[in-house]
Amino acid sequence: MLISFLLIPILTAIVLLFIKKDTLAAQTAIAASLVTLVLAVFASINQVEAFDMAWLPSLNSRFTLQADGLAKILILLTAISLPAILITSAKNQYKQKNIFLSLLLFTQAGLMGVFLAGDALLFYFFWELALIPVYFLCSIWGGEKRIAITFKFFIYTFLGSLFMLIGILFLNAHTAEHSFSIQAFIHANLTGEQKITAFALFFIAFAIKMPIFPLHTWQPDTYEQSPTAVTMVMSAVMVKMGLYGILRWLLPLFPVAFAAHTHVVVFLSVVGILYASFIAIRQDDIKRLIAYSSIAHIGLMNAAIFTNTGIAIQGALIQLFSHGINVLGLWIIADILEQQTGTRSMQQMGGLAKKQPTLAILLVGFALANIAMPLTNAFVGEFLMFNGLFILNPWIAAFAGISIVLAAIYTLNMVQKVAYGEISEKINNMPAPNKAAQAVLIILLIIVFVTGVYPQPLFTLTADTLQQLLAK
Amino acid sequence: MNAIIVSTLLGVIMMFCSWGIKSQKTQHTIALVGLFVLIISNLAQLNGWFVIDFDTKGMLAFTRFGLFVNTLFFVITFIYIWLNGEEIAKFDNQAADFYALFFFILCGASILTSFDNLLMLFIGIEILSIPLYILTGADKKNLFSNEAALKYFLMGSFSTGILLLGITFIYGATGSFHLVEPILRPSDGLPKEQMILSAGLLLVFAAMNFKVSAAPFHFWTPDVYDGAPTVFTSFMATIVKAAGFIAFITIFNSQSKALGYTWELVLSFVIVSTLLVGNIVAVFQRSVKRMLAYSSIAQAGFMLFALYGKSIFATEGIVLYATVYSLATIGVFGVLIKMKENSFEAFNGLAKANPLLAFVTTIFLFSLAGIPLTGGFFAKYYMLNALYAAGAGLWLIIIAILFAAVSVFYYFKLVQAMYFASGEPTMHEVPKKYTYALLLIAILLLILGVFPSVVFNYLYF
Repeated sequence: MLISFLLIPILTAIVLLFIKKDTLAAQTAIAASLVTLVLAVFASINQVEAFDMAWLPSLNSRFTLQADGLAKILILLTAISLPAILITSAKNQYKQKNIFLSLLLFTQAGLMGVFLAGDALLFYFFWELALIPVYFLCSIWGGEKRIAITFKFFIYTFLGSLFMLIGILFLNAHTAEHSFSIQAFIHANLTGEQKITAFALFFIAFAIKMPIFPLHTWQPDTYEQSPTAVTMVMSAVMVKMGLYGILRWLLPLFPVAFAAHTHVVVFLSVVGILYASFIAIRQDDIKRLIAYSSIAHIGLMNAAIFTNTGIAIQGALIQLFSHGINVLGLWIIADILEQQTGTRSMQQMGGLAKKQPTLAILLVGFALANIAMPLTNAFVGEFLMFNGLFILNPWIAAFAGISIVLAAIYTLNMVQKVAYGEISEKINNMPAPNKAAQAVLIILLIIVFVTGVYPQPLFTLTADTLQQLLAK
Repeated sequence: MNAIIVSTLLGVIMMFCSWGIKSQKTQHTIALVGLFVLIISNLAQLNGWFVIDFDTKGMLAFTRFGLFVNTLFFVITFIYIWLNGEEIAKFDNQAADFYALFFFILCGASILTSFDNLLMLFIGIEILSIPLYILTGADKKNLFSNEAALKYFLMGSFSTGILLLGITFIYGATGSFHLVEPILRPSDGLPKEQMILSAGLLLVFAAMNFKVSAAPFHFWTPDVYDGAPTVFTSFMATIVKAAGFIAFITIFNSQSKALGYTWELVLSFVIVSTLLVGNIVAVFQRSVKRMLAYSSIAQAGFMLFALYGKSIFATEGIVLYATVYSLATIGVFGVLIKMKENSFEAFNGLAKANPLLAFVTTIFLFSLAGIPLTGGFFAKYYMLNALYAAGAGLWLIIIAILFAAVSVFYYFKLVQAMYFASGEPTMHEVPKKYTYALLLIAILLLILGVFPSVVFNYLYF
């Protein structure tokens, strides 16, 4: 069962290399991603058995895939994102589209592997594999300055993950049977000082991936330069790899070192949140605005996890999913606007509500979710996370809370510029977005409000992970 | 034993082939058949069957490890000759002479995997080196080739002199050329002998560093690799270097104890400086060939990890590393041969002109950079593991990792040229068959990237 999350995307990706017709390639990719989605929904409702196979006998590393609540919620997010992205960008013109789609599916396989791996070496393996197709996607199909910027991104994350590799090697040497399994790592025989070293080695990799201030410099540029379909994968799912790594590895492995660094990391995150929010206010480019807003949201999740309180971690677990859905919606709208008007500058937009009311309503819906209004899914998560921050330190919660106000400023500002005001020339000439894209947006918006009003399924899904994390 | 005898015989046969047989194709086929015979004879010895069996009086010791490494060398040489047949034939109408030289080199390599005595080490290294001087100068009308050959010859002889001096010192201190016994230990309390032995070992260490082009004894490498005909550089940078490493490890696995703490200090210094020089200088190269020369220095830095201490990871790691590195390097040079120029710009737009070739080149480069899914990743992982298992500090591993990240920088420059730069690659025509041969190497690297243990499983049974 779990292996099919890897096999379906990989096999389809290989088949896609040989399909030269654009429409057929797009249809194949969409079909495969929908199958994965069905499987993911099935897996998140039912119990799934772990997959286990011998892999590297001499290193004692096993090919283990397992899914608990944390993995399932991210698998579900990945499985929802891909068809959404593929359907909305199905009409977009890319040169060598089959290769583009193939690389996207390879990325999906890598991400699935990261979330499912129960073996540290396997985890590292997929961690890197998710990065390589993205490198090619951004460098080939990206914007003008793509090559240098993508390379910066690549080197940044590659270096980070190499540190994690040392951490894995280090822990592996200290386990009883030189095993790479999570259980063995948890029981690794390390002194307090060694644990802090290992903690730092892992943390660098995750901090770069999320990214945490001041390691965030690669992100806005990369998001801006990448083709929007890839930006969606990166900001809806890939950044979650860092948060996932913290929840899956860092917290269970080094609870003491984790607690010792709470204040430093929370402080850095809060600085990052405010910093990103202030920059977002100044943006005119809609893609950059969403990118900075995303940095702020991820920073909040990281701060919440590091408070190490049950309520905040519960909030973060839910927000992992909700943020993905919201940001995906915003990106899809941004992509439609960019594709149809040919600009990303918000000054040249305006009057969308009069010209394209459906799209404008959708935009407002996702904008409300982005500022975590009650009834939207983000409200549930953010409320819990702020609660946790407040328990840790009311002052920190207060400072982080400023970001809510700032989020309202930049998001509503965006809505105002894009949806209202005079009908600008570009919007006036804009053709209607295709039905499929609108349908996807509507489905996403339904998810936003349903999980906002009735989040219980998400709580149930993540209950087992939460229990395990709190038992530590 | 079999390998040494058979490779010598084959070398002689090849030499005479150039008299009777004029067709390059036939010569090529004979060489391949010869290599096949060589592989079989070596495998036969693994199963206890000897061409001639006699007591070498402790000069040679045939271990499973040595014989297995031999097999690997022969197989890689087979792939190399199979791939590069046409290219070798271009230099002279007597390609058979070159094949003969290859067999002599393999003879030297098989001595280096089985010596148990410092005199045999010396003989092995000389048998390995002298044909190389000739190969470097193979492009007789090219001044660079001539210069490289002369430089290599002079520097090589000098380092051999140092090696001999070191061996003499060791003999003076211990009264034996034998490797395992007797070693003097610091605790034996013989201060004068101890000092002479240390000096001797350090001289041998320096000479071996020269052979595997580790800094600060690497100065010959870029010029020689650059000047030599590309097809022979490919051989020089792979099999020959790997054989050098096997010898290096054999000596110091047993003898490094005699140096005590100095050993770790000296080795750490060499490792760090090799990584530093190789990687940093490679970043600034304009010519792909020179970049690969420096990258081969950098890769030597990683292989030196196996010397740090004896562990299962070191043994398995060096085998895996040598295999993966040789395959990837032969592959990259195989592509480079088809380019009219050696500059990065020559690769511009290769992905459009020939997607398959660009893809295989990317696999080779990824493998050299140590990116997962290619064999290079596990090779590097085993080496780092060996380093840690031998008790090296985390700082050394972190330095190694940092330089691994630097190496991505220059390998990816080539990937960027192929995929993202626009332009027409300036290249000779590449036959379909040739591309498929390269694809086969790439597939081997991918297999090693998922199941690396296929290489060294045979070490044990």
